[in-house]
Order: sequence, then structure tokens, then C-alpha cells
Amino acid sequence: MIARLRQVDKIYANGVVALRGLDLDVGEGEFLSLLGPSGCGKSTVLRLVAGLGEVSGGRIEWAGGNGRTGLPRGDIGFVFQEPTLMPWATVWKNVQLPLTLRGVPLEEAAARGREAIGMVGLEGFEHAYPRQLSGGMKMRVSIARALVTHPRLLLMDEPFASLDEITRFKLDNDLLVLWARQRWTVVFVTHSVYESVYLSTRIAVMTARPGRAASEVTIEAPTPRDESFRTSPLYNEYCRHVSARLAEAIRS
Amino acid sequence: MSSLPSTEPTRAADGAGVGELETTSAVAPPRRVDLWGAGRRALPPVAIGVAGLVVWELFVRLNHIPYYILPGPLLVMEALVKDWGTLYPSLLVTLAIAGAALLVATVAGVAIAILFAQSRWIESSLFPYAVILQVTPVVAIAPLIIIWVKNIPLALLICAWIVAFFPIVSNTTLGLNSADHNLLNLFQLYGASRRQVFWYLRLPSAMPYFLGGLRISGGLALIGAVVAEFVAGTGGVQSGLAYRVLESGYTMQIPRMFAALFMITCSGILIFLGLTALSHLVLRTWHESAVRREG
Ligand SMILES: Nc1ncnc2c1ncn2[C@@H]1O[C@H](COP(=O)(O)OP(=O)(O)OP(=O)(O)O)[C@@H](O)[C@H]1O
Ligand SMILES: [Mg+2]
Repeated sequence: MIARLRQVDKIYANGVVALRGLDLDVGEGEFLSLLGPSGCGKSTVLRLVAGLGEVSGGRIEWAGGNGRTGLPRGDIGFVFQEPTLMPWATVWKNVQLPLTLRGVPLEEAAARGREAIGMVGLEGFEHAYPRQLSGGMKMRVSIARALVTHPRLLLMDEPFASLDEITRFKLDNDLLVLWARQRWTVVFVTHSVYESVYLSTRIAVMTARPGRAASEVTIEAPTPRDESFRTSPLYNEYCRHVSARLAEAIRS
Repeated sequence: MSSLPSTEPTRAADGAGVGELETTSAVAPPRRVDLWGAGRRALPPVAIGVAGLVVWELFVRLNHIPYYILPGPLLVMEALVKDWGTLYPSLLVTLAIAGAALLVATVAGVAIAILFAQSRWIESSLFPYAVILQVTPVVAIAPLIIIWVKNIPLALLICAWIVAFFPIVSNTTLGLNSADHNLLNLFQLYGASRRQVFWYLRLPSAMPYFLGGLRISGGLALIGAVVAEFVAGTGGVQSGLAYRVLESGYTMQIPRMFAALFMITCSGILIFLGLTALSHLVLRTWHESAVRREG
């Protein structure tokens, strides 16, 4: 168990009720997707799981829960919905940021930085500034920055939404390979049924705002998965099922 | 400022293939300043200026306006050349005061802004006083300051500083507080210390704001120095350009008065251009204001 959310409410300062009575477990080593319509509170859940911001009601417990998150710092990788890069710093320095802040020795930081940039296929752009990159490339920098610390828990907020389908499929696969290899826990926000079925071991379907987990679907397809899964009958079956659940959740 | 300590990877490390060459060139450093383009942009205002001077000269000559009412530009130029020996030292005196005031305003302004950024409470309790200082006309308090502070150059510097420091304080405070919210969260997530947040995030975020404030303050420091000199002028400081203006007025040397005015204006323009160039230089790699857009 990584985190356990019980009856969590989140009411923003302006009175918007983003979440109401949300129950959610994040298990060790799973690939959990949060699926729901726009504005239902998916980003809010992710931020709460990361320990950013307080709940307005209910509670969150983290494994080994000492301090605020109970997770040693650097153990969480967060990919925001927007690239969230420092415009004054090059790709290289942006990716290195988490290591710089933790005072990782330069040699090791350089090696990790190269590895992370390689994972997202941005070699040759280390010296570029964010403004010189396309939207998708910026997002990949943001992903590299999250990977650079080898986090135990990776939180991703629609990381591939701004990418073309070709890159997106490639990164889907890369992510699955990394996940299998590194034994990460991933919480992945998306509003694509197809993407969530392809990637996840479990999907939490959320209702429209105020959000709560309406239902859960465990995807019992073998991992590691590859492109052949996308065309398999099992995949189609799950997509239909999850779509139906999503439609139900929105109606309720 | 934003120099995160890190080893840079070497460009095109091993086996530089065609693709790699292409990507490297895609991120070539920004091109040099385009002098030709700058010249072309400067042409219209210069042309208008010249035309204005011609009209002015003609107007004065055709209407036989006496030089002590309105001298023509040629006469002013003549006075400028003839009196360069007295005007130029005066210019240096005024510029020294304005420059010192700007320097102190920058250091004090940034320091105060950093103090304000430490907590909302400090900001909200002290900011009103910065505003009060700003809105009080310097002409009105200059006599007091000159009475209180015996050392005249120091009194002038204080007056110029009062006028110049507010834009730096208010802009830099705004800048320090406008760091991207998600980036702040990110720093928090990675356990950044207050100092790290300040150096790596708040300070670079504030840079464009600070430089914008500095550009305004540069002109204001000069104005402040001149105004204070005017006030002090009759008190016997026989040095700054404002004193030359006053003196020329008393002795009916109107062309010389115009020449001194002309020098004040030119200095103001040069200060502005210099600070604009500085701002461009500092921000050229990343900020929208300094980056040339291709399309
Ligand atoms: N900082 C905030 N202040 C006030 N309201 C907020 C804030 N952040 C989010 N909200 C509100 O909370 C609700 C949920 O927002 P959230 O960003 O979590 O949605 P989401 O599911 O991630 O949507 P999307 O798929 O469009 O990204 C929205 O209605 C939004 O208006
Ligand atoms: Mg969102």
C-alpha cells in the first residue's frame, strides 16, 4: 500500500467542491489510471496524493506515514498537466532540477540526466530553451524531469494529451517497459478510455464534479504488454466495458 | 542567477550522424544583434526630429523671434559648442548624482523587495509607506531634505533616490511573488529549501519585472536629480546642469539654457537606451520581451 484516501473532500477557497467522499487506494507496484470527464477533479486527486494541498474532509494515509507525505523526498515524480518548465533554463538544467535541489554529485547527476533525456528521445536538445521546443517536446522534458530521480511513485497528469498518436503510442510502450523494469507505482490521469485500458492494471472511473470514484475496473491482461494487445479481442472487450462504466459514472 | 550547478553534456558526443547534426543546429545560440534592422527602425523618428528642427529654425527666422524668447536650433547648437567647457562638467555632476541614486535605489529597492517577499505580513505593513514616499512630490520635500542634510550632494542623492526607488521595489516585489504556482509545488515536492526556492525560482522569475522597473527608475533618477538641483540651485550649489539652466535664465542666456536642457534630455534618452540594452542582454535567451520570434 502506498496511499489510502478515505472519504476525501476537497473544497477550493472559491467554494468549488472538487471532490466529495472519494475513496481510493494506491497499491504498491500497480499502474492505476484515473479516468473521468474534464473538471471532475482528477488533477486534484493527484495533487493530494503527492501531498500538495490539504484535504477539506476525510483523510489520506501514506505508507510509513511520518511527516507530511511519509514518503522520503525525491521518491515522488510528478508530471503536471502543463509542462511547467523553467523558461530561463535549458532542457538540461530543467531535467537536472530535482537532482540539483537534492545536491546529487555532478557526475551521477549528469549520467542520470543523460539517461532520462534518452528515455524521452530528446538527445541533441539539451541546450535548447523551452521556448524553442514544440508542445510535445516540452511535455517530454517534463517527463524526463520526473524520471530523473528514479521515483518509487510516479504521478502523471495527462502527460501524453498534447502528443501526436505516433509519439504517444511510443511513449505508452516506453512507460510500460520502464514500469515493468523499475517496479514503480504509477498513478496516471487520462480521459482516454483506450489509453487507460492499454496501460493500467486498474482503472478508477470518476464521476463528474464533485468527483468520487464511481467504479473500478481491474485489467487482467498479462503484462508486459505490447502493440499486439491494442488489436486483441480482450483489449476491445475491456474498452467497451470501461466506456460503459464511464458513461454510467457521468450520468449518475 | 539561474546557473544551476551541473555538468553540461558535450554537444554531439559520439557518432555524430546526420540527424544529430540537424538537431544540434536546431538549437543554435541566438543570432547577433541586427544593426541594419535597428538602423532602419531608427530612421522614421530621426527623420521626424530633423524635420521638426528645420521647421523650428524657419519659424524663428521668418517671424523674427528674438533669441531671448525662443532661440533657433542653430543658435542652441552654437551655445552648446561655445559653452561646452562649463556645461560638460555640470553634466558629469548631474549624471554622477543620478547614477549614484540609481545604484542605491537598485540595491535598496531589491533588498526591500526581498524583505517584502519574505511574508505577506511584512509587505502589507510596509508597502503603504513606500507608496507614501512615492506619491509625495519630491519638489515639496527637497527643501526640507536640503535643510536637514548639510552635505548638498548627499541631499540631492537622497531626493533622486526617493523618486527612483519605488518602481524597482514594486516591480521586483511583484516579480518575486509571481513565480509559477506549479513550479513552486514542484520545488516543494523535491524538498527544496527556502533558499533554493529563492535562488532557483523566485529570483529568475523576478528578473524581467526588476529590469522593467530599472528602466523606469533610470529616467526618474535623472529627473529627481535635476529637480533637487533646481530646488537647491539658489542655495549656492554651482555645479549641476539644473543650476546652469537657472543661471542662464537669470542672465538671459536663453540659447545656453536650451543647450543645457538639450543635454539633460539626451542623457535621459541614453540612460533609457542603455538600460533597455541591458535588459535585452540579460533576457535574450529566454524571455518573450527579448526574443525575436520567427513567425
Ligand atoms: N486552484 C483552484 N481553485 C479553485 N478551483 C479549482 C482549482 N483547481 C481546480 N479547481 C476546480 O476544481 C474542479 C476540478 O479541477 P481539476 O483540475 O482537478 O479537474 P480535472 O479532472 O483534472 O480536469 P481536466 O481533465 O480538465 O484537467 C474544477 O471544477 C476546477 O474548476
Ligand atoms: Mg486536470
